[in-house]
Amino acid sequence: MKRGTRKIETQLAVIGTGIAGFAASIFARQRGLDVAQFGHSGAMAYTTGYLDLLGVHDRRVRQDPWAALDELRQDEPLHPMSGLSNTSIRAAFDGFTDALGEMGIGYTKAGDRNLSGLLPNGLAKPTFSVPDTMLPGITALESGARTLVVDFEGLQGFSAKAFEVNFRDRWPALRSARLTFPGMENRQVFPEVLARSLETSVTQQALAELIRPLLNGVEYVGLPAILGMHMPDEVRARMEEIIGVRLFEIPTIPPAVPGIRLRETFERSFPEMGVKLEPQLKVAEVDFRSSGATLHLHGPMEDLEVEASAVLLATGRFLSGGLKSDQESLSETLLDLPISQPQDRDEWFRQEYLDPRGHPINRLGVEVDGRFQPVAADGAPIHERLFAAGAILAHQDWVRQRCGAGLAIATAHAATEAAAAALG
Amino acid sequence: MSVRTYEADVLVIGGGATGSGVMRDLALRGINCILIDRKDLNAGASGGNHGLLHSGGRYATADAETAAECRHEGDILKRLAPECIDDCGGLFVAVVGDDEAFAAKFPEHCRVAGIPCEALSAAEAREREPALPEAILAAYAVPDATIDPFRIVLENVGHAERLNDSSYLPHMEIEGFEIIDGTVAKALCRDRRSGAAVEIRARQFVNASGAWAEKVARLAGCSDVSLLYSKGTLLISNTRVTNGVVNRLRLPDDGDILVPGGTVSLLGTSSVTVDDPDGIAPTVPEVDRILAEGAAMLPVLNETRFVRAFSGVRPLLKSAGSEADGRKANRGFALFDHEDQGLSNFATVAGGKFTTFRLMAEKAGDLVAARLGNAEPCKTNLEPLPSGDALRWTEPGAAARDWYKRADPTDMVLCECEMVARSAVDTILADAPGAEDHMSLKAIALRSRIGKGACQGAFCSMRVTSHLYDRGVYDSPDGLRQMRDFVNERYKGIRPVLWGAQMPQTELAEILHCGLAGMDLAAAEEGADSK
Repeated sequence: MKRGTRKIETQLAVIGTGIAGFAASIFARQRGLDVAQFGHSGAMAYTTGYLDLLGVHDRRVRQDPWAALDELRQDEPLHPMSGLSNTSIRAAFDGFTDALGEMGIGYTKAGDRNLSGLLPNGLAKPTFSVPDTMLPGITALESGARTLVVDFEGLQGFSAKAFEVNFRDRWPALRSARLTFPGMENRQVFPEVLARSLETSVTQQALAELIRPLLNGVEYVGLPAILGMHMPDEVRARMEEIIGVRLFEIPTIPPAVPGIRLRETFERSFPEMGVKLEPQLKVAEVDFRSSGATLHLHGPMEDLEVEASAVLLATGRFLSGGLKSDQESLSETLLDLPISQPQDRDEWFRQEYLDPRGHPINRLGVEVDGRFQPVAADGAPIHERLFAAGAILAHQDWVRQRCGAGLAIATAHAATEAAAAALG
Repeated sequence: MSVRTYEADVLVIGGGATGSGVMRDLALRGINCILIDRKDLNAGASGGNHGLLHSGGRYATADAETAAECRHEGDILKRLAPECIDDCGGLFVAVVGDDEAFAAKFPEHCRVAGIPCEALSAAEAREREPALPEAILAAYAVPDATIDPFRIVLENVGHAERLNDSSYLPHMEIEGFEIIDGTVAKALCRDRRSGAAVEIRARQFVNASGAWAEKVARLAGCSDVSLLYSKGTLLISNTRVTNGVVNRLRLPDDGDILVPGGTVSLLGTSSVTVDDPDGIAPTVPEVDRILAEGAAMLPVLNETRFVRAFSGVRPLLKSAGSEADGRKANRGFALFDHEDQGLSNFATVAGGKFTTFRLMAEKAGDLVAARLGNAEPCKTNLEPLPSGDALRWTEPGAAARDWYKRADPTDMVLCECEMVARSAVDTILADAPGAEDHMSLKAIALRSRIGKGACQGAFCSMRVTSHLYDRGVYDSPDGLRQMRDFVNERYKGIRPVLWGAQMPQTELAEILHCGLAGMDLAAAEEGADSK
């Protein structure tokens, strides 16, 4: 049987299904553009749920991300965020978290300071905006409140004991306990399964009953991030009511609920917003012409051809498939955009894994101009209607700098603004 | 503070194949030993080789004596330690560009050394190894096999511990000897983890410290041990490329042996003379050269995913002409009784090959037993090596088989690449050599396949660390430091093979280790504290 080809038209085609891609679709819709988004990466499941802005600069943890951004502009003028003002970055962050709130996942509002996000091994990281389900844990750490952290038999990679032992010095009133999750006896359990199970009031009640006898005067109870998949704030509120203390979530090893939650929320909400989202389709090829591009995608049942007036590339790095390498060099996967890079593979990585300077390869990527258009060696845009955002961009090290969400959101915001301008 | 002291009939220095072999050899004669290593088992060449149990074919042309020794010892190990060995067979193959005259003499050289050697047609060779190229000039089958170097050393130590309370102390470094009237009274050691001084009294001392044997001998005032350090680098693939061992039929050079190891293959080996056996790591140029050479014999290697490289230092005995090229050095071994150095109870056994470790241990054992007045003969050539339950996790694929067989739904898999379950880690914690001591992630990884699969420790380092906190093995932030040391160490081998499919893995590892575990910030903080 011959495969059919479905044809659609859109003003902006967003390629990539990470934070940058989703943020770009949201911003483009806010600007009134007709948007379609494509991607095939599961990399959202690797996020902690925290949205960083800029947590580390010049190898030091920063309390004030805005002051750190000012320094970044001085020290790293080529960093993708350096060309953006604090005002526009704040507007982008607010636009993104407000949209998330409307979709049902509460995030803290952009503030003036970084927060100390709790990590599962009992350390903290500088982050900027956190899910409402995680905020009480940060408050509890700051106040040293009497707190119980619970883990579950059969849940690998999350140890309440490790959390307690490693926080002990700065949080003496912290205790840990292990429970068997209701209905999940004698088996290995996975955060995603527990989260879906906790959507039902029966499980919420049963887990609350198990936790209550352990309270012994604590003000807070911390759990791995499993408080429901779709309405975490409601699940938390209901369980807090039953248990009678504040509850909070702690990130877990991926695949983790906070990222899956975001992805499923976008997938659920985007059709209502008018974004044509195909989250499981890989763009195979793009043909550019002066007024836009044709995207070719191969679905399981039929092929898809997309006529787009502009394209925004947010395909990420190696993990998401935006970049690849062979034994000699790096390349951009979809359009073979130029990547400026050293001659020798020996210069990609430093000798020490945790070298505080980070690995040079992390700063290699797609070069863009001030309008976030990929450029050739001579500085001219490669296509008039091509834009790029997020981790694929050169001159940043988002993991080490703790700026992943800030980079994704701020550059998506600026790139969609430029795309909207180009589309008139 | 009082100094911790231990006492045994014999102190064996060096936890590699030879040292563990001496320990078992002596225990079988009823002699009680303490084995020490300044790191842990197989930290030197014993853990830094390809696991090839030589038929002798590789040495048949240049060194008939070593070749014959390999064949003889290989037969003994195949018979007595079959659990540690994959008798997969091997081929010697000459491809276009290789010296045909050299290849033609190979069967005669094998005959002289007593090595069975069967000429194969190109079609027969490809039937055995479909990965071989079309154009083959010559191919011969020999009885090469592979040995799990970790398993056999663990089994040696485990057996000795069960035989007569001989014991193993890891992280114990020799700093000197107390010598009275030509007799070594005790070894002066330092526990490298606690920093505590430790003294070990013994009647006899055996230096089996491999590439460090010259240094240890000097600590006892002996200047008769002279070694050449030859660095060898190998690559590990993600899957098993060939059924058996494939050797390039030419004089040994880089990238001309591919050795299967359970579910993976190892490609090597380079040979570069170095000044110091410490601080070596594989480099990008070495990896590229080995791969280019290997692909000339097996083009499939150009498409193969490599997950890691590693380097070992061969301790070779110095001889005329060996200075410039380690490959020309004698691969034989020597036993030094040090009597001409004025010592009556100190011996060094040095040089040799992994394949001949048992014979080296036998010779050292004979000397020590005679000095102790023990008339028991060596038994390691007759007595099968029993297998311990806690010691079977180093073989690629073993943990997965066990997990599927037991099908216990409560048994969490901590390492998904290699399917190492919580129960396997718990048996290691309970019973593996060194378990009496504080076990770290690194020690468990040495005794299992943890961290050796495609993810190279990205996930399992965190899961096993969590488990060790749950078990109370870790009860302070030191557990996080141990995790950091572990991933730092693994990275040294990962770095030179980073391209292609390993790039996403490494990006993910960094997201986990820095983003989720904060290792870079913790390391920077501690670095700042210590300044």
